[in-house]
Amino acid sequence: MEKLNILQSTCIPLPLENVDTDQIIPARFLKATSKEGFGDNLFRDWRYDKQGNPNPDFVLNNPIYKGQILVAGKNFGSGSSREHAAWAIAGYGFRVVVSSFFADIFKNNAMNNGVLPVVVSDDFLAEVFAAVKQNPAMTLTVNLEKQTITNDLTGREETFAINSYKKECFLNGFDDIDYLLSKKGKIEEYEQSRIRF
Amino acid sequence: MENNRQNGKVGQQQPLTLFEKIWNAHVVTEVPDGPTQLYIDRMYCHEVTSPQAFAGLRTRGLKVFRPAQITCMPDHNIPTLDQDKPIRDEISRNQVDTLDRNAKEYGVNYYPMGHPKNGIIHVVGPENGLSLPGMTMVCGDSHTSTHGAVGAVAFGIGTSEVEMVLATQCIFQSKPKTMRISVNGRLGKGVTAKDMALYIISKMTTGGATGYFVEYAGSAVRALSMEGRLTLCNLSIEMGARGGMVAPDETTFAYLKGREYAPKGDAWEKALAYWQTLPTDEGAVFDKEIVFDAADIEPMVTYGTNPGMGMGIDGHIPALESVDVAGRISYQKSLDYMGFQPGEQLVGKKIDYVFLGSCTNGRIEDFRLFANYVKGKRKADHVVAWLVPGSWAVDRQIREEGLDKILLDAGFELRQPGCSACLAMNDDKVPAGKYAVSTSNRNFEGRQGPGARTILAGPLVAAAAAIAGKITDPRTNI
Ligand code: SF4
Repeated sequence: MEKLNILQSTCIPLPLENVDTDQIIPARFLKATSKEGFGDNLFRDWRYDKQGNPNPDFVLNNPIYKGQILVAGKNFGSGSSREHAAWAIAGYGFRVVVSSFFADIFKNNAMNNGVLPVVVSDDFLAEVFAAVKQNPAMTLTVNLEKQTITNDLTGREETFAINSYKKECFLNGFDDIDYLLSKKGKIEEYEQSRIRF
Repeated sequence: MENNRQNGKVGQQQPLTLFEKIWNAHVVTEVPDGPTQLYIDRMYCHEVTSPQAFAGLRTRGLKVFRPAQITCMPDHNIPTLDQDKPIRDEISRNQVDTLDRNAKEYGVNYYPMGHPKNGIIHVVGPENGLSLPGMTMVCGDSHTSTHGAVGAVAFGIGTSEVEMVLATQCIFQSKPKTMRISVNGRLGKGVTAKDMALYIISKMTTGGATGYFVEYAGSAVRALSMEGRLTLCNLSIEMGARGGMVAPDETTFAYLKGREYAPKGDAWEKALAYWQTLPTDEGAVFDKEIVFDAADIEPMVTYGTNPGMGMGIDGHIPALESVDVAGRISYQKSLDYMGFQPGEQLVGKKIDYVFLGSCTNGRIEDFRLFANYVKGKRKADHVVAWLVPGSWAVDRQIREEGLDKILLDAGFELRQPGCSACLAMNDDKVPAGKYAVSTSNRNFEGRQGPGARTILAGPLVAAAAAIAGKITDPRTNI
């Protein structure tokens, strides 16, 4: 996966609470046999009407909003444990999702697919929603090394938590598999000593 | 407490559980502030949860790290008739074909549809000696807990973890808590391992073992055959457990000896000596201990839409008042779906379908029990019975033992192996509103087909229902 340390970007606001995995990617897209293409169906049922025409009212179809940061309401990613939701977010091109609360499994799946979930306070979140509405060109800056997120318009800054293993992974551009691959030597060493069947 | 247990070498001083011994022997590294890197001896893959894992490998340009330790087979989507013909449903065919391409390209062990070793993964693994005591085993499937019956640590994983194991033969895991469930005494006549499992789940509830790895112990568990233990461990996941296991003993060794992938000769003796060190030490501490009395267990049936909603066959469906206030709405909804009333008895209820099979009850012993019961009797005319062996090996043994004749004489036909009506991904769907007595593991709404009403039970209750055409206590006829 791609490294992530400092990201300054405009953002796409989705001020809805309890967005669940079925809304992120509807269940009918789960029978696929590849990880590709999920980004095209991100928020499918909000983004397109039944005929497949883009819904002009949905934020992803509004050209004034763009960027690599999704800002979403509280309790983002609840529902099933399926990883497809994370694939869809990553596939669309988001690197960071900001919310005041994430469902646990989604959080893990996101991190393992190169998307950093940043938990902020309710206040901070409300301020971002207000700011981006007034000024869609406003940016957020995420500094992973320092574990801070800044509203560049107001200058308000907050720190966020991340476990040091996952932080290392993002800074080095590692997902779990890359990390394990970097330990090949250790694995082979273990195999030498293991009880064989 | 956790820290001095991490290293298997301290086992001499400190009593350890079966789970801890196996876990400790597979720790490659502890990631600082992260999870444990655990080595996986064997991984099984089926067609539904593996495609994206192989695709991920391809994107990274990686090979499978240890192809000899990976075994793949399609089971979920395959039809139970005409397996020699292409699968008609396009989505099913695509998943099966994708597994076929991946398995061939990456050089892993592969038993395609129709292969003499094909069947449901959780039936095929143990019967070929692929699942052995002391191993760590994973599969992108929640019922991987089945394999713990041989005295192993086996659990279900997600798709990116499947990719991890393909790439590195390792997985990240946080250590679960341990629980021992002892069933002491003797099971009564006509009471099977499935009844024991449904009884335990009804007492524990579907979330009662969440976060735990369960070891089953006690004289009633020791007395179970290997097939019975596989059934018991299979259902661990239905009470939320990460996995279930039974310590290896003479029953285990006798079952495994001579199986194709079990060690042979000197290697067998060495393995045996090691396996005998695995059982939980005297004085080892579990995070939780639960004890049941086998004499309390009757043939079981479920009356609701989760496997925890089970009762003795002559019991009454619990009254609404006996359920937590918070749970009453969903309890009523569940009974409405089933078309049952609180306080009702199920004995005597007319049923429409019988399913014998799945990774829970698709083994030779289940077919023996079923065949013995129906011998010399006739299937009720209105009952549609799907008898689906868990694997081609089970199918062959059924024929060798002449059980197929007994079944045929009683009006039953065998179908071809696969998951079948357990989750109805193929054509074996129970129609809406119909009652199915099913030996599988999940009675969720729509699991066996949209609107289907599932009553979970063991093979004897299923046989009795198939003959009488209604819910019947099998003990009255044996
Ligand atoms: S038989 Fe049922 S539970 Fe078992 S693996 Fe197949 S679908 Fe899953």
